[in-house]
Order: sequence, then structure tokens, then C-alpha cells
Amino acid sequence: MSLEYENDGTLHAKLIEEVLSQYPDKAAKRRKKHLSVAKSGDEAGEEGEVVSECDVKSNIKSIPGVMTIRGCAYAGSKGVVWGPIKDMVHISHGPVGCGQYSWSQRRNYYVGTTGIDTFGTMQFTSDFQEKDIVFGGDKKLEQIIDEIEGLFPLNNGMSVQSECPIGLIGDDTEAVSRNKAKEHGKTIVPVRCEGFRGVSQSLGHHIANDAIRDWVFEKKDVEFEAGPYDVNVIGDYNIGGDAWASRILLEEIGLRVVGNWSGDATLAEIERAPKAKLNLIHCYRSMNYICRHMDEKYGVAWMEYNFFGPSQIEASLRKIARHFGPEIEEKTEKVIAKYRPLVDAVVAKYRPRLEGNTVMLYVGGLRPRHVITAYEDLGMVIVGTGYEFAHNDDYQRTGHYVRNGTLIYDDVTGYELEKFIEGVRPNLVGSGIKEKYPVQKMGIPFRQMHSWDYSGPYHGYDGFAIFARDVDLAINNPVWGLYDAPWKKSPSRGRAMAAE
Amino acid sequence: MPQSAEKILDHAPLFREPEYRQMLAEKKLNFECPHPDQIVTDQREFTKTWEYREMNLAREALVVNPAKACQPLGAVFAAAGFERTMSFVHGSQGCVAYYRSHLSRHFKEPASAVSSSMTEDAAVFGGLKNMVDGLANTYQLYDPKMIAVSTTCMAEVIGDDLHSFIENAKDENSVPRDFDVPFAHTPAFVGSHVDGYDVMVKGILEHFWKGQERTEAGGTINIIPGFDGFCVGNNRELKRLLDLMSLSYTFIQDASDQFDTPSDGEYRMYDGGTKIEDVKKALNAEATLSLQYYNTRKTLDYCREVGQATASFHYPLGVQATDELLMKVSAISGNEIPETIRLERGRLVDAMADSQSWLHGKKYAIYGDPDFVYAMARFVMETGGEPTHCLATNGTSAWQAEMKELLASSPFGKDAQVWPGKDLWAMRSLLFTEPVDLLIGNSYGKYLERDTGTPLIRLMFPIFDRHHHHRFALMGYQGGLRVLTTILDKIFDKLDRETSETGVTDYSYDLTR
Repeated sequence: MSLEYENDGTLHAKLIEEVLSQYPDKAAKRRKKHLSVAKSGDEAGEEGEVVSECDVKSNIKSIPGVMTIRGCAYAGSKGVVWGPIKDMVHISHGPVGCGQYSWSQRRNYYVGTTGIDTFGTMQFTSDFQEKDIVFGGDKKLEQIIDEIEGLFPLNNGMSVQSECPIGLIGDDTEAVSRNKAKEHGKTIVPVRCEGFRGVSQSLGHHIANDAIRDWVFEKKDVEFEAGPYDVNVIGDYNIGGDAWASRILLEEIGLRVVGNWSGDATLAEIERAPKAKLNLIHCYRSMNYICRHMDEKYGVAWMEYNFFGPSQIEASLRKIARHFGPEIEEKTEKVIAKYRPLVDAVVAKYRPRLEGNTVMLYVGGLRPRHVITAYEDLGMVIVGTGYEFAHNDDYQRTGHYVRNGTLIYDDVTGYELEKFIEGVRPNLVGSGIKEKYPVQKMGIPFRQMHSWDYSGPYHGYDGFAIFARDVDLAINNPVWGLYDAPWKKSPSRGRAMAAE
Repeated sequence: MPQSAEKILDHAPLFREPEYRQMLAEKKLNFECPHPDQIVTDQREFTKTWEYREMNLAREALVVNPAKACQPLGAVFAAAGFERTMSFVHGSQGCVAYYRSHLSRHFKEPASAVSSSMTEDAAVFGGLKNMVDGLANTYQLYDPKMIAVSTTCMAEVIGDDLHSFIENAKDENSVPRDFDVPFAHTPAFVGSHVDGYDVMVKGILEHFWKGQERTEAGGTINIIPGFDGFCVGNNRELKRLLDLMSLSYTFIQDASDQFDTPSDGEYRMYDGGTKIEDVKKALNAEATLSLQYYNTRKTLDYCREVGQATASFHYPLGVQATDELLMKVSAISGNEIPETIRLERGRLVDAMADSQSWLHGKKYAIYGDPDFVYAMARFVMETGGEPTHCLATNGTSAWQAEMKELLASSPFGKDAQVWPGKDLWAMRSLLFTEPVDLLIGNSYGKYLERDTGTPLIRLMFPIFDRHHHHRFALMGYQGGLRVLTTILDKIFDKLDRETSETGVTDYSYDLTR
């Protein structure tokens, strides 16, 4: 179902020039490196052809005062990697705000009795006061850990997610964690994810990965009988149930998912991961570090895959199956065949309603490339994409997905994104909550691509159907046609289509 | 296969399908290493007991599910209420992403603010360079009339001095010398968002008023609304009332248009807000009224310092609180309260009389910001209800004393308890051990509704999971009608649900109530 198209690189180059002209010289010089137009690249081998080059600088400091959309290391650790581990209590250690604003916002679905044996949608904070800053918070942290043990005795562990002040006032959360873990016989993990570390969420992912390596692996005797088809799913946070819609497919092709990191995960699933045969990594950006470690230390191979949209799902399932041999490959073909009628029906229903619609994306560290083919499966065209916190290796991977002439923007600023959208006027923008309302005010349909706009799952075949429905309802809602008062003459926008 | 193109199931129904239920059951059994069901049930039941409540309320260090945010959120909200003003938060950048998301999720509106994006090197050397570059970029890119600077806790811990940094930035021509850059230090480890609101408004007033000659304009009034998730509805309603009274007034901080811009094809980064000229003139007002005392303690001190009379209220909602506001306005201005407003008042009282039998004796738990909890407790008592639990995580001992005085003033407050500094996990124990009929709070209360079965009424910031409530006023007599109707709907919906079982309870499924 792959589409052949080229984007208007000349227009995009002009837009880049225009936005840069508005910055003070120093800022323009720095921003220039983050903006580009994808160019045709060399044909490449087995991993799929590299269709373009996205030549931008990435993973460097944001410029002050420009309205970066990025978050911080704490968001990358507590918000992304650790927060979803459901049977642990994650303490937002520092002032109240960080935990408050991130409370229940990532939609990491889980099953459990919240407050009793699971703690995902709760906000545990040490609520630092001035005296904690002045005298240090280690004593307070000790007391907090004791109080958690008393009130939430079924927790299977804790993590201490450091907020900015912790690293600045010189607290020793490692010593507190070590002592208290011994005293209570529990896993307690200090994570040094102070928000000022690094340039974005990305370093928080890395620090969180390292904390798993240093404070979880090999700390307990893990009783577990490994089987030949054991895999871990790494970097699926079960947003709106994504990991469940993926797991069902992996089980159907005959694999045993022994751990899911970290959506709907328990600590046990993290601990036993090194015993699996293969790590399947979805969000490469946030968890490649631990996969590399498990490869080097325990010999667990890892493989990237993509469960957005039928083209990528099929390719990924086959690639995974190849790793396990004929038995799994045979089952995989059956599974692909089983879901083919669903895929065909979804595409038949929605493609005519979406064909040729243009899309601009701006998301985190994976989806700006990973979701592209899912849109193309519906006949849609990606005209621009960019990442909040990608590294160079992500932009290399992006080359497998984007077409010549695509507008590429790294760590885009509020100003740039607004001007790019105004200039391109795509039919849909997929980005985050901060971008949603400005875009909709312009009369352009929008879907949140972090939270699935309170919908989901979008992974797997079941998720693709929901994704197609959601894109359709965003673009074809009648509200876009009502923006202009009829007594004010201006060109009409939108083209509503009733739901079928 | 549960999914089909004809009837697409999303998460809520999809995972209830047999394939998924079985998959999740097996996941739990084989891979999660869960506690035995009985232990989970026992612990769940234990959390409902008085014994657990005592442990829970005895907590000294741990805070679980607090109902408060940090200072800079209040400062960003405050700055959004002034003409073409960009918030510039000095410190780590992640904080700003959080404030913007938080405000957008509540208002369903854009929320703009920039950060000085300080990282490790700034932690060592200070953030002066970030301020100098940042102000220049913000000024040039976003064309503001004013940049309001506040701080994250990072900048506070390392001790960056905003005043000298801003002066330095002006020396380096980041912004023109005469460009307005008011500021406020807003450490997240002191107070809460209501204090951040206070110091930002005070910072802006000081910026414009300091050293200026005050010529009192008799009968003119400044109104400071305070941090208010319902500012869109409330400010407009109050202006309507004050216009009816032909009052000469200025709202100091008014985000009602900023957080309610129309969809007509144009994205307005800035809309409405108190004009800078009006802020300057407001120095001459005879009096400044605060609608939320705990949001404006420092600001009101400053207003008194410059020679203004001041008065403060606790979120004027309901009959008597609105009466007091209007009478105060009338007393200062000399303008009479017109007959149309008296009729409005009568209509609210009429509605309360019509519905009194459904409200009398109902027990409530109320939580939120200190002024709001005061207001709701007072209105609940006006309807014959009993505010059994009044909780403010950011409530002080002064608030506690004021609450006790209020509750002592009515027979409906005699069994009420006040809980300053407590969080929503404490509220959970209170609701299990001393149950109430209704819970009034914000979206976070939905977890209490789920666990304890107490119906939740969302009347307080933030409301993420219901849309557009904030567009309607809660203050004034009209607002009172809205609150009254919202409470009644909750009561009737619950009664209908409880009496809808065919042939079992539906004898009480009355058509007229």
C-alpha cells in the first residue's frame, strides 16, 4: 500500500528562510541547523530503502525564550520510563508541581486496585518546603519511605524521582535508598533525573535506563523458567492500551511475552527481562540503552519493530518471525491472513474519505517517523515532521520513512511551528496538547499524538481501525466549515463528511 | 476477532472483549507475580477503617494526591490576564511545558509561556546569559507589550536575582530600556499557586506604580479576581453586575478573553487582559477589592501601602457573599444597587426555595483552594446543607480559624470539620469513615468518587475530564443558580439511577421531583 509522492521542497525551503529572518542573528544561526528539507538519499539495503536524508542537528540545548515544546529529564524518567511500572510507588521528590502536572496525564493503562496493589494514577510527592531546601531532604525522604511502607504495604518497591532542587542541594538519595531498601527488604531505586540535566526528556530516559541496570538487575534471585519463544516488549507504554493490542498479536504468532516495559508492568517483569530470548523494542529513543546493555551483558538480542498501520505491522511480524524460524513464520502468515479482511475493510471504508489529505507531525522521539506509514496506508501524505528530543540516529532512521521535499524541524519553536502550519496549511496536524488549540483556532484539524487524544489503542491491527476512525472524525467533522460568519466573505474551509 | 470496520471498538469496550480479558488474566497469572487476591481484598477493606484513617492522618512527611500546584503556575496564570503579556519563566524548561499543558487541559485553549531553558552549566554559573538571550528572543519573536518574569525552583535554589538580571539584559539591549519587564520570585517550595498569583500581580503593580504620584479618584475601584479556573464565566458575569451599578472599575488581571478566544481561522496568541494604561491609572483608585483573600495577601498589603482602601472576599458565590460584595461596592462608590439586581437576587432565592427539600440536610465534602472552600461551605449552608469535611491542601492555620468562625455562625456548620494542609488520600479516609452525600472539588476527585462511591461535582480548577464548565459563572446570583442546578442535577441523576431497576426499585422512579 505504499504511496509514491514528492513534497514541495521549494516552498518548504522558503518557509524556513522566512522564519529564520525573524530571529535575532545569534538565534537564527543556531536555529538554522535544526531546520531542513529532506533530500533524496542513497538506496539502501535490507532494512528498507533510505528514501531521503534529514540533515539536521539534534539533541542540543534549546535556545532561551523561543518557546521550545520540550520537557525535562524528570518527565523522561518519571513520566515515561518509571511511572507506568504499576506495582511500585514512584515518589516525585522535591516541590509539589512536577508530580502534580504529570499526574495521570500519560494514559499508561493498567489493571489493578489503585492505592492498594497498584499506584499508577496517584501522585506521591515529598512536597518540599523551604526548610527542606535549607536543611536537606534526606531525613524527610527516610520518613516518606517508612510512611509508604505503613500505608501502602503491598507496594513491590519504590523509585525516588529527583526534581531540580535535589541535585542542587546535595542530597544523598542513593544512601537513603540503599539503607531503606535493606531495612524494608524492598527494591528502592533512586533516579537522578533532575529537570536541569540534559537538554530534554531524552537524558531522563537514559538515566532511568541506567537506574534499572544499576538498581534492579541482579539484585534478587529471579525464579523463572525461560522458554524458547520468550520475548520482552520494550518501549511500549500502553498508552490507551497500545501494549495490549500488540501483545495479542505476538502471542498469536506463538511468542511468550514475559515482560512489557513499562506499560502495565510489574517490577517482576523488569527483573526477569535478562532471561528472555529477544528484546522487541518499539520506542527506540527511550529504551535503546537498556537493550544494548542486555545484549552486551546477557546476550539478549534486540530488534526494532513498528506496529503502526498494517504495512509496518506485517513487515515487523515477518521480521520477528524470521528470528524464531519456520514454526513461528508459519503461524505469522496465518495471523497476517486472519487480519487481512479487517485491514481491507478499514482501508476500504476510510481511504476514500482521507485520500490525498496532507499531514504535519511534531511529536517526541519515535512517532514522527513510526506513524508515517499508518497515514500512508490510508492514502494520506506526510508533508512535514519533526522531533522534540530525537538524536542523530533517529533522523537517520527517519530517512526510511519520509519523501523528498518533506519539511523537517527539530526542537521546533512555537513561532516556527505556527508559521510552518500557516504556510503549508496541511489537512491535519498531529502533535501535543500545547499545540492542539492554536492549530484548531486556525481551522486546521488536529489529533494529539502523545495521548492519542484520549482515544487508542493505535498499535496493532485493532489499534489501526481506531486510528483510521479518529483521523477521519478529526478531518471530516462539520465544525471546520462553520468558522466563517456568512456575512463576512472569505474562502470556505473544511469539507465535512457524515460518519458511515 | 473483536474489531470490525463496521463497528470500531476503542479502549473502553475493546479490552472487555473475551480475547483481551483472557489475555490479561493470563498475563497477571503467569508474569506479574501479583499478591494473592485475598491479601489485596483485606488491604482494601483495611483502608476503609478508622484504624487506617488514624495512620493516614498522622502522616508527617508523605503527601499523596495533593490538591494544590506550585507558585509559578499561579504566576503564569496571572500574567495571562494582562494585555499582550508573555510569561517568561526563568529556570528549567520542563516546568514551562507543564504549566502550559496544565492550563490548556483545563481551559481547552492555547497557553503561551517561554522558558529561559537553564541546564547544568547555568546551574553552576547562574542563568544570566539565559535571561539576556531569552528576553531578546521573546521580544523579537512574540511581539509582546510586556514580559512578566517568574522563576522555577531551580533558579530559586541557585539564587538568581531577577531584578539585576533584567537590568543587565536591558543594558545589553535585549529589550528596549523602557520596555516593561515586571517580575516576581516564585519558589515552588513555598506556598502554592495562589501565592504565585499574588506575587506576580504585586510585581506588576509595583513595576508600574513605584515612584508614581497617586491622585485619588473617588469612587473608583480595582478588582483583583485571584487564581480562578472559572475566570472566563466569572469575570464576565461580575463585569455585567458592576456595569449595572454604573461603577467605575478596573479589573486588575483578567484572563477571561485570553482563555476563551473564538475559532474563526485566526490564532490569537494574545487576547484581552487588563490594558497597561489601565494598570497605571489603577494607582489612583479609591479602593482595591480582592475577590479571593488568600490569593492576594501581599498585593493588598501593597495597595494599602500606596494609600488605597482595601477589602477582600472569599470567592463571592451564593446569596450572602454576593450581597456583601455588592454592598461594599455600593458603599465605596456611592452608587445604589439597582432594582434589576435585586430581582436577580430574588430569582436565585426563589430557585433555592423551590428545591430546598432536596438540599436540606445533605452532607458535603468540599476541597480546593482556600477561598473557594470557604465560599462553597457558606453556600451549602445557605441551602440547608452541611459541609461535613472542608479541606484545603494549601489552607493555612489562619484559613482554618476563619473557616471555624464561618461554620460556627450557622447551625448547619456545627458538625463540620476543617482540614488545612491535608491531601486527597486523607480525604479518602474521611469519606470512608464519615461518609457524605456529595463531594465538591475538581477532576482529581474522580478517584475518590470511584473508590468511595461519593458523587463528585466539579466546580474547581482543574477540570480535565468535563468540557466547558469554566465558561459559565459561579460567582454572583447568576453563578449561584448555576451551582445550585449543578448540585441538584447530581442529586436527581443519582436518585434516578438508584430507582431505575424495573420491577424492583422503579416504584420511586418519579416523573416529577
